[in-house]
Amino acid sequence: MSADNQNETNQYLTFKLDREIFALGIAKVREVLDYTAITRVPKTPDFMRGVINVRGGVVPVVDLRVKFGMAPTPQTVNTCIIIVEINLEGETTVLGALADQVEEVLDLDPAQIEPAPRIGTRLRTEFIKGMGKRDEQFIIILDIDRVFSGEELASVAGGEDLAQAVRS
Amino acid sequence: MRERPNDAFREEAYELLAELETSLLELEDNPRDKDVIGRVFRAMHTIKGSGAMFGFDEISAFTHEIETVFDLVRNDEILVTKEMVDLCLLARDQIKAMLDAAGGHLEVDRSRTAHLVGAFRAFLPQAAPAEASPAAIPAPAAAEGAATRTWRIRFRPAHDIFANGTNPLALLRELCELGEARVVAQTDLIPPIDDLHPEVCYLYWDVILTTTADANAIRDVFIFVEDDCEMTLASIDDGGCLDDGDSRKLLGEILVERGDLSAADLERVLTERKRLGEVLVEDGLVKPGQVAAALAEQQALEKQRQNRPAADAASSLRVPAERLDKLVDLVGELVTVQSRLSQTAAGREDAVLTAVAEEVERLVEELRDLTLNIRMLPIGTTFSKFKRLVRDLSRELGKDIELETAGAETELDKTVIERLNDPLVHIIRNSIDHGIEMPEVRQVAGKPRQGTIHLSAIHSGDSVVIEIRDDGKGLDRDAIRRKAIEKGLLGEQDEPSDHDLFLLIFAAGFSTAQTVTSVSGRGVGMDVVRRAIDALRGTIDIHSEKGRGTTIRVRIPLTLAIIESLLVAIGKDRFVLPLSLVEECIELTEGDVAAAHGRNLVRVRDQLVPYLPLRRWFAMEGARPPIEQVVITSLGGQRVGFVVDHVIGEHQTVIKSLGRMYRDVQGISGATILGDGSVALILDVPQLLQGAEAEEKVATHG
Repeated sequence: MSADNQNETNQYLTFKLDREIFALGIAKVREVLDYTAITRVPKTPDFMRGVINVRGGVVPVVDLRVKFGMAPTPQTVNTCIIIVEINLEGETTVLGALADQVEEVLDLDPAQIEPAPRIGTRLRTEFIKGMGKRDEQFIIILDIDRVFSGEELASVAGGEDLAQAVRS
Repeated sequence: MRERPNDAFREEAYELLAELETSLLELEDNPRDKDVIGRVFRAMHTIKGSGAMFGFDEISAFTHEIETVFDLVRNDEILVTKEMVDLCLLARDQIKAMLDAAGGHLEVDRSRTAHLVGAFRAFLPQAAPAEASPAAIPAPAAAEGAATRTWRIRFRPAHDIFANGTNPLALLRELCELGEARVVAQTDLIPPIDDLHPEVCYLYWDVILTTTADANAIRDVFIFVEDDCEMTLASIDDGGCLDDGDSRKLLGEILVERGDLSAADLERVLTERKRLGEVLVEDGLVKPGQVAAALAEQQALEKQRQNRPAADAASSLRVPAERLDKLVDLVGELVTVQSRLSQTAAGREDAVLTAVAEEVERLVEELRDLTLNIRMLPIGTTFSKFKRLVRDLSRELGKDIELETAGAETELDKTVIERLNDPLVHIIRNSIDHGIEMPEVRQVAGKPRQGTIHLSAIHSGDSVVIEIRDDGKGLDRDAIRRKAIEKGLLGEQDEPSDHDLFLLIFAAGFSTAQTVTSVSGRGVGMDVVRRAIDALRGTIDIHSEKGRGTTIRVRIPLTLAIIESLLVAIGKDRFVLPLSLVEECIELTEGDVAAAHGRNLVRVRDQLVPYLPLRRWFAMEGARPPIEQVVITSLGGQRVGFVVDHVIGEHQTVIKSLGRMYRDVQGISGATILGDGSVALILDVPQLLQGAEAEEKVATHG
């Protein structure tokens, strides 16, 4: 892959949204919390679920499923909030991402990662850093900074044009 | 976490530059004020000296040129002129540019530096001969025929002077370079070896210096340790020395002259010590005796003063701002935990636990107040910046304007002061640009040629009121009205009060330079002002009288970190409102709503107050309860109610930012963490009001 990837570790946290497996570079992940009650902030897009208290700090929580055009994340015993550090226009911001289930930390050799296919996945290509594979199942490695880049925040939800996520 | 020395220098230099600016502006008014000249000189000298020490050679070399000129000014060889002050201000800006460049990766305009250096050299009597003093001591030209005088200097460094990296011997050597010097080290304070601390300086020195240099030059040697030592300087004019039989009396006289010692004290001390002197003289130890006697005098004196310098030295210390921010954060968390503790204690009937919880509450409250207090700074630093702004801008526009300030000592949270700067600059610029007329126009109108802008700050409850008043031409009511109608902010038939009309200049979109300045002469970026003040949870108010001037009053809460608030609930969600805005809470029954015929008005003691149903405003799910609560708030004299489900009670709110993701949320200014660990949102009352007004306008006009 590209040069900037060589500085990163090859470890990824994998998690499930609906039936898909997604992954985030482990360097981006600060911690994984159990689901807690989220305070909704009125008049905000649906994918922005609200805010929670993370050790005295107020952290926004987003519903990636809604962001990617799936049905809202239902609350189950496995629902988790992945606290990630993202880079928004040069500023580091902490936010929580809802996941249906957190799977494992996975080693993926750069050679195993393929670039995002231009077609076939209906998720926006720029959100995808690459595609990994494990036991014949595709893992979508997210470029989480891109997902929440400035213009993405400005637009409301943005689910429609993303349509459904990939089905392998 | 430790600061690098470079940062420390830059920080100090920025402070000195701010001071320098104030001094220069003062100097412009009183060009002969010796004190001010001295202050300017010292500021330059310190920047130069520490600049060289930390490797800012460019700054050091440049500052040297200005210092040279001021050295002449200080010695009454040249007079301060307006041009000189102008140049100095430009030079100050240049030094600042150099500092900025050193911090970032900016480039300094070197040609500008060279130009300024040339201009400064032009002030020197002869066309810039090679200056002979690149070192820290500005040796005034000895050729000027300055009389040779003898000085008695006592240099007594603070005990901890080694800790600051100062070598007293270097200072003494520097002193010796000024002329013929005799140095006597005083060892009487050295304790027995067991008590001796190797890092403490127990020595002090008496120096007899015969030199052509003047008192200032001698003091300059000690300029960097001014705060860390006690330095007494006295002239023994007749060129005498210790062998002079009158030297003891002379020292006493000088001390009396300098006001360090009253004549009565001198008398008393002299009588007390007489026996010792006599004994010594009897023993034929004349010279050491006199030294000892003088010493004893000084010791007596020191005893009187020893508490004072110690207290001064410890009275302030420098702390990095981020450490304070961290402290406030921690106190914030503590407040949150404390409210959880109180809540827990209230839930159990345990007298001991309740007592502990109450004790913790009291302590936390005290700690909170103290911590927030530490962050308070006088607003004066901002004020002095405006002096420069007014001076430069009015000159540029050919106007004669004076800025009067009052209440510079009023204290506000550091962050608030920083964020207040831009809106105040906007308001003052507007006053200069469009408020105050040209001198001729003013004369015709029967006003003094010089316009005045009055800037004041005063405490009022838990907020600070900042007032900007000018005696210019005032706002043009008709022009604003026309403009407002044109912009659709006002109906053709509307006849708002002056007050309401003037507030329209702060409306977004109302103010664009071409349109408004040409008609009413006001409004450049005034919506920016409003937004900035709103962000500080402040309010803004305006009064104007045609031909008499305009007054803008800004009310700002003292702190942004922790506020007293009222906790309310709508459904399961909880919100807080700043308690300072809340007037009262009343009930709203279904009957009341029905009786109001669909209008959102409630009667509060024979007054109709409009209200905003928050449940509807925030499009929240759930049915309204049969009895709702209206929280009546008052903002800038305007009363408005917010309808909520329940009022829970008072709450200590530690304000947390919602962060970038939620920065544009309407009606919410932040969040706070409640005792049970959940998050409540802070209502942005001014913004809600604005939003409600806008909605109403759409409803009535659209």
